[in-house]
Amino acid sequence: MTLVNEPIPQPATPAPAGPLLDVRDLHVEFRMRDGVAHAVNGVSYSVRAGETLAVLGESGSGKSVTAQAIMGILDSPPGYVTGGQVLFQGRDLLTLGREERRKVRGAHMAMIFQDALSALNPVVSVGAQLGEMYEVHRGMSRRSARKKAVELMERVRIPAARTRVGDYPHQFSGGMRQRIMIAMAMALEPDLIIADEPTTALDVTVQAQVMELLAELQHELNMGLILITHDLGVVADVADTIAVMYAGRIVETAPVHEIYRAPAHPYTRGLLDSIPRVDQKGQELYAIKGLPPNLMHIPSGCPFHPRCPRARDICRKDHPPLYDVAPGRASACHFWEETLNDE
Amino acid sequence: MTSEPILEARALVKHYPLTQGVVIKRRIGAVKAVDGVSFDLAAGETLGIVGESGCGKSTVAKLLVHLERPTRGQILYRGEDISHLSGRALKAVRRNIQMVFQDPYTSLNPRMTVGDIIGEPYDIHPEVAPKGDRRRKVRDLLDVVGLNPEYINRYPHQFSGGQRQRIGIARGLALRPEIIVADEPVSALDVSVQAQVINLLENLQQEFNLSYIFIAHDLSVVRHISDRVAVMYLGRLVEIGTETEIYDHPTHPYTQALLSAVPVPNPEAREHRTRILLSGDVPSPAHPPSGCRFRTRCWKAQERCALEVPLLAVPAVFRTTTGPVAHDSACHFAEERDVVPNTEPGGAGRKG
Repeated sequence: MTLVNEPIPQPATPAPAGPLLDVRDLHVEFRMRDGVAHAVNGVSYSVRAGETLAVLGESGSGKSVTAQAIMGILDSPPGYVTGGQVLFQGRDLLTLGREERRKVRGAHMAMIFQDALSALNPVVSVGAQLGEMYEVHRGMSRRSARKKAVELMERVRIPAARTRVGDYPHQFSGGMRQRIMIAMAMALEPDLIIADEPTTALDVTVQAQVMELLAELQHELNMGLILITHDLGVVADVADTIAVMYAGRIVETAPVHEIYRAPAHPYTRGLLDSIPRVDQKGQELYAIKGLPPNLMHIPSGCPFHPRCPRARDICRKDHPPLYDVAPGRASACHFWEETLNDE
Repeated sequence: MTSEPILEARALVKHYPLTQGVVIKRRIGAVKAVDGVSFDLAAGETLGIVGESGCGKSTVAKLLVHLERPTRGQILYRGEDISHLSGRALKAVRRNIQMVFQDPYTSLNPRMTVGDIIGEPYDIHPEVAPKGDRRRKVRDLLDVVGLNPEYINRYPHQFSGGQRQRIGIARGLALRPEIIVADEPVSALDVSVQAQVINLLENLQQEFNLSYIFIAHDLSVVRHISDRVAVMYLGRLVEIGTETEIYDHPTHPYTQALLSAVPVPNPEAREHRTRILLSGDVPSPAHPPSGCRFRTRCWKAQERCALEVPLLAVPAVFRTTTGPVAHDSACHFAEERDVVPNTEPGGAGRKG
């Protein structure tokens, strides 16, 4: 599955043919004492340079686990990749050895986590943490690494970077810490950044600043960005393409403008209808009935059928494949046509 | 809906002392978490309080339910000052003002069954339910919040986040209070579950004629559930009015910045919206700026803002006008500005 997208601004260097990252039929399971949780069940998506792919899902949908498998930071045990490929610039990362993978991870792909306070080392100054990137990956001296750290902090617009470079994470506000996380991810100018709920812990005004910074740097460095989030508003603001996940599978994928205008999967539709609006006071909210499934006992057929207003017999029996809906659009619903045309 | 207020906050102040030294503690200042907050809550009404983290909104909640005592100021329940009550009198009042907490994972005791959690208020207020009647009452409550009454002997870990929040709500309802103070009750929940809990809260309000103080940082959720909305910044209210007045006719620059930054589920709004990007961070509540507290981040700030504290009242420019723009706003240079992005070109985000 390739995700079609609007033309992106051309970078100075010619973009490599094909996608930057191509995840194919990825499977991940967690082997727990009381059973096996099927967290990711055949996820495929791809990202090109300069593109922003939003992976949208609720907790337990497998959106973060997919990212961890791509980065190679899955907790194992209990988590195991049981199938699929992660092609990064044409190379399957899952077949690489530990050391090789580490090199790719440092220099070519980076991750931004939700909780900057726990992702940063509390007893090392931010300058030293940023500088370490250059010392380890570029073999720089401590002194020049420090200088680079200040440059980075200026680049993510931390005020008085020169005097604050020796400060510790707890001395910064939440927004500033998230900027430091971004600085750390950007340090080696990677080709791909995976941001897992980067603004969820932040206030709206700070959230807007941080997203703007991220988008700006992405554009400047022509990076691919995978934005993992549960927030339909954030997705609408920044994404080019969107993949909606449910119970470890992609249920719908589309260019961002089209999915908001006319969703082709009842789950996407339910999500859009269940969020309150800021521009008017509505009536009672539409609520998707029931609860997200237990990953140890995923329902048969379409995993969404117990909560779906459209479910029929076939939905209980046959798992729907990703049907092509339009160029660049796909939906894993037997009745996608009805859903799409329903007003 | 305008009747006698059931609950009033009068110039509420809560300062937490900052001390230095281990053996001999010296007071070196105070965190001014809440610094002069006044509002009314009418019976059957929902007052939403919005603001960013650290603005003091959760401290207000704690003051209202008597988890903290105010440094200064009064809380009036049905016209009577309850802020300095203690003992039996306090207990009687507290029955009528209950709280629902944000985090459904930490606000329920993991070693107690659901029946014991929801029934615990009856141990403190035995007059509400005689001993033999409690199990039945708890079952009724489970049913009211949409949980299976058979679950009465289960433990919190056997429930999902949304279900736990329902348990927290059932506990809040146990004593049949008149007022519920809900501090971020849906922000820990997934989108699809959040809608269920919001609808539940609205239905319960109808059924039991509850008055809500609804504290949240999500401006869309607050608009949906509130009749009136108060916007808080650094320990003070900066603007208060009906939901329409605040969202469609905001006059305080901070409210405008907040509303303009709300991410809306409409990709088309990207091109059309003008976002007011505030510079910098919220100052420390231990050393708030002089005059208007928002002035250090405000694009309109002038000398007057540093010298003179703006009062929360209808701004002078709007005093002769009627209509939604004439509502309380604590700004020397208040002006109306339409900032809420449209959610609905192209039919996206339509109603269910």
